[in-house]
Amino acid sequence: MKKAASLFASALFAVLLWQAVVTLGALPRFILPGPVLVAETLWKSRALIAEHAVITIAEVLIGLMLGALLGGLSAIGLATSPVARTLIRPMMVFSQAIPVFALAPVLTLWLGYGLSSKIFMALLIIYFPVTSAFFDALMRTPAPWLDLARVMGAHPRRIMWHIRVPAALPGFASGLRLAAVYAPIGAIIGEWVGASKGLGYLMLLANGRAKIDLMFASLIVLAIFTLLLHAGVDRFCRHYLDGKSRTAKAI
Amino acid sequence: MPTRHALPLQSYDNARKRHGNTTPATLFDDLPVSAFHRPAQDWGIYMTPAPSLLISGSAWFDGTLLFGPLQLTIGAGKWTCLLGPSGVGKTTLLRLVAGLDAVTRFDGHLNASDDLPLAGRTALMAQSDLLMPWLNVTDNVLLGARLRGKTPDHARAARVLGRVGLSDHTRKTPDALSGGQRQRVALARTLMEDRPIVLLDEPFSALDARTRSQMQDLTVELLSGRTVLMVTHDPAEAARLADTILIMTETGISSFPPPPSPAPRAVDDGETLKTQGQLLALLRQTTQQDESV
Repeated sequence: MKKAASLFASALFAVLLWQAVVTLGALPRFILPGPVLVAETLWKSRALIAEHAVITIAEVLIGLMLGALLGGLSAIGLATSPVARTLIRPMMVFSQAIPVFALAPVLTLWLGYGLSSKIFMALLIIYFPVTSAFFDALMRTPAPWLDLARVMGAHPRRIMWHIRVPAALPGFASGLRLAAVYAPIGAIIGEWVGASKGLGYLMLLANGRAKIDLMFASLIVLAIFTLLLHAGVDRFCRHYLDGKSRTAKAI
Repeated sequence: MPTRHALPLQSYDNARKRHGNTTPATLFDDLPVSAFHRPAQDWGIYMTPAPSLLISGSAWFDGTLLFGPLQLTIGAGKWTCLLGPSGVGKTTLLRLVAGLDAVTRFDGHLNASDDLPLAGRTALMAQSDLLMPWLNVTDNVLLGARLRGKTPDHARAARVLGRVGLSDHTRKTPDALSGGQRQRVALARTLMEDRPIVLLDEPFSALDARTRSQMQDLTVELLSGRTVLMVTHDPAEAARLADTILIMTETGISSFPPPPSPAPRAVDDGETLKTQGQLLALLRQTTQQDESV
């Protein structure tokens, strides 16, 4: 409850600060609308915002799930095969040197203006953090556990499934937590580059027509969604991934 | 790091492929308790009789001599304690027997007396209990079967857990258990493996004195008839448990007569305490020599 109270106080403070800037600076509404106006617009245009938000949410959720799945499988593949590590790992690191945003126009060209280019954008942006966090954890299985498994006569594939993967789930979880924050960025960038629906598209449109209040209203919805997504993913991770494999205290 | 692990596994698997799995399934724990106290040769009906181990040679790491040349025999169905100052290669020797050490080169012979391969016939119990924190007690005990792709035998797991006194804790996860209970789960897991050769690497050194002595009694009882090689730093442990006491130093291996009474010996047994004292004195001597060099 203390946490909730401090959260509320902090939000209230931010709103007051915002209002103070608008009032003291005597800023016109097409430069920076006050919180009351934005709240009003949010309420009045709720149907419009909801229509676009649903699209963005769908892109983010699908991108997140595909990214988690693909990242998880890639990490396991890399951890299993030294050949894959030699061939693919440098490529993955190099791909991080390319700003993903720079690829957005090409992705739109290849995948069109629909959902798929945004989903792919979200997937692309979260793939690396998920893969690398999970992969690192998979490579850090405590050596004595592996020794035990070997003496037991275990097959490498079963060691992976019964020991290395469960032991690495907290690493996967930290990748997912990052992904929950990154995925909306990917989807929004995708929408900015080319879309006819979604919060990113709506923000760009509102901005162009000097409806800054609508832009802010969309932004707030997006921010709240991202926070909720992060909280949800965090909860999921704590329940299913972290709790199951507290690494042994001393090995 | 990964290549270091990949190597022994491969050679180990190849060895298994070449020779086949020689240990038949056993039903020993379906037998009355008295079966556990029969002499070693009686085990032949249920599993390959525990062989003795013949080790002779020297170990090298990166062109440096780790230990040897040395020669030793680990008696069939006997409990052998390997005692010595740290860094002398006791654990390396144990890991070589377990088929785990890929970075150490061993020049010489490392055989079982029945000439069958060691792979698939050893079980390991280490200082740390090595329980998987995400598995409950029963599933930890069944880990070996799962890792080999065999159907886990729940009934047998329940019986083995009963023998180590953990019937009331089968559904708990390791973090809900005390250190002694965790080590008993590790013992149950070792028994489930049902291997004729058991390698113990200071399994009780992290336990408090009372728990340690209880674990020692239980382990001697349940592992009787198997060939046991135990690495230990503790002269008291060697004096209580060993049928054979070997002292490993940089110059080689020598044996020391154990107390005459059968193991496990009482903690306050006069002969045992005397042997413990003599062993400690001997160890201090070797350590002093090391330091003066």
